[in-house]
Amino acid sequence: MSTAPNHAPPAAAIDPNDPATLRLSGRWTMRYADEIGVALRAAPRSISRIDARQAERLDTLGVLQLLRYADRYKLDFDHFEFRDDQKALVAAIEDIKDERPKPQRDHGFRAALERLGFAVADNYKEGLALVGFLGEILAKLLRLLKHPKRLRLPATVHQMEEVGLNAVPLVALLSFMVGAVIAFLGATVLREFGATIYVVELVGIAFLREFGVLLTAILLAGRTASAFTAQIGMMVMREEVDAIRVLGLDPVDLLVIPRTLALLAMLPLLTFIAMMAGLLGGMAVCAGTLDIPAAAYLARLQDTVGFRHFAVGMVKAPVFAMVIALIGCLEGLQVQGTAQSLGERTTSSVVQAISMVIVIDAMAALWFMEMGY
Amino acid sequence: MATEAASATTTAVAPAADTTVIRMRGLVTRFGAQLVHDGVDLDVRRGEILGVVGGSGAGKSVLMRSILGLQRPTAGSIEVLGVDALSEDAVTRRHIDRNVGVLFQDGALFSSQTVGENVQMPVKEYYPELTDSLRYELALLKVKLAGLRADDVAKLPSQLSGGMRKRAGLARALALDPPLLFLDEPTAGLDPISAAAFDTLIRTLQEALGLTVFLITHDLDTLYAITDRVAVLADRKIVAVAPVKELETFDHPWVQEYFNGPRGRAARSTKEGIE
Repeated sequence: MSTAPNHAPPAAAIDPNDPATLRLSGRWTMRYADEIGVALRAAPRSISRIDARQAERLDTLGVLQLLRYADRYKLDFDHFEFRDDQKALVAAIEDIKDERPKPQRDHGFRAALERLGFAVADNYKEGLALVGFLGEILAKLLRLLKHPKRLRLPATVHQMEEVGLNAVPLVALLSFMVGAVIAFLGATVLREFGATIYVVELVGIAFLREFGVLLTAILLAGRTASAFTAQIGMMVMREEVDAIRVLGLDPVDLLVIPRTLALLAMLPLLTFIAMMAGLLGGMAVCAGTLDIPAAAYLARLQDTVGFRHFAVGMVKAPVFAMVIALIGCLEGLQVQGTAQSLGERTTSSVVQAISMVIVIDAMAALWFMEMGY
Repeated sequence: MATEAASATTTAVAPAADTTVIRMRGLVTRFGAQLVHDGVDLDVRRGEILGVVGGSGAGKSVLMRSILGLQRPTAGSIEVLGVDALSEDAVTRRHIDRNVGVLFQDGALFSSQTVGENVQMPVKEYYPELTDSLRYELALLKVKLAGLRADDVAKLPSQLSGGMRKRAGLARALALDPPLLFLDEPTAGLDPISAAAFDTLIRTLQEALGLTVFLITHDLDTLYAITDRVAVLADRKIVAVAPVKELETFDHPWVQEYFNGPRGRAARSTKEGIE
């Protein structure tokens, strides 16, 4: 043993005294996996047993390779020789080598068709769950009118701060900038007709009717729906939601209603801020580059943009709030045990919320136009 | 060949003459105003199972995290397998990571991967040259060594019970045949039968693979059943390191309370009954 060089790669040679024995030397370990394969392939077929006593080191991979070798050439593994300190490992591995798992998962057309079927069924179930959840929340909100004491006021106020107050700077800043951009855009087009004054109507109507509420809803869909899903989803993963259930409490009452109410209260307020910031953005551009002073801007706004535009915009706010809260919370409750599931649900919640907001807004625009509002 | 030998020395464990695998000197850990460790000295010898005990919040896990480089101590030195564990050098760090297996409290399996993929993960990272089939067989072997059934390799962690998750975590910790194994409360949350089986498993693997084991535990039965020595963490220091038998008579209020309380006596009498 003392003659063995340090960290020698694995090698195998025929025993000079016994041509049927293969003597191993060097390190039969994972880092020499390639060399082990080469050494074993190069070994003559005439051997009937292997002597590993000279091997400097032997790890699980080395033993596994010897076992595979014995299997392939139908050698009797019991005749292999090991040093005492190797025997425990060899015995442990030999004990368990036989059992193999059943093959799983098939590929091909059939599996693809199966996945498609499952995807369709899942989507159907998800739609059903959303409608069911909407019903449940509406019922529980109505029950709240009868038993106002059931309302978790501190949680609701906390959520209002989180989704409403903390979002004010973001919503105001982005709306201001979009308002300015619309004014610029309008000025560029309308200048050719010598009608720059109509920029005021453009910004006013666009923001009050559509952009104020749409921008707020999209921002909150990204900011709040994802937060709801992640918060509730994490609670599901840590079995907190199960704990709520077995304590005889209702996770919808405890988690969903405060969030829904907070959003229902705050989204209209944020929408108002967005509208004002947007108008301000337009005003800044008008005053700065279009020679329409602030006073003239405001006066024209008052004269030409009717209250009905504000109403059309505002009336959509609670609907969007409901959609965002509903999707955010429902996706959270559907999280399963894995980190991947949490990620998928959070993504899905944002995507669904934004798409729903835009689809509903488009349908509403059509309806309001046809009705002449 | 020369380069091979040279690179081999970088991943090989410390020279055999050095029997201390972990050497910790004057370790101080402070979280804000809270002092967790105040001058911890500890040696872990090659081939032993060292139990680490201490009350809840005594900083056992923090100690382990410091050795693993997950937590930077305020002061002191830690040497693992002959190299500085506090080094920022990526090669040194990788050397330690390569030679260390860790079983976290709840297994810490990657939840989106099957048990088999979990075990193959470190092998894939350190030995990408292994063929898929060999890597798979190796993972299968480790899973079975850890006491799971072959069918379990295809399961996701969420489909496993707590005890099985620990076994799967152990299989992953053993994936690279590390000479040094860290176990954080391996028997916590297991029923007594599973806990005893897990103890036996650790002992068997320790003997078969020649492991050095750093074992954090609250389980008195485990201490009596498999540890060679036990380090007691109390008063922000290691107050004693000795075989569990000797600790029974050690003069320190916490140690006395721990070993001679009702649970300690029960564990001891079981052990004596067996012998």
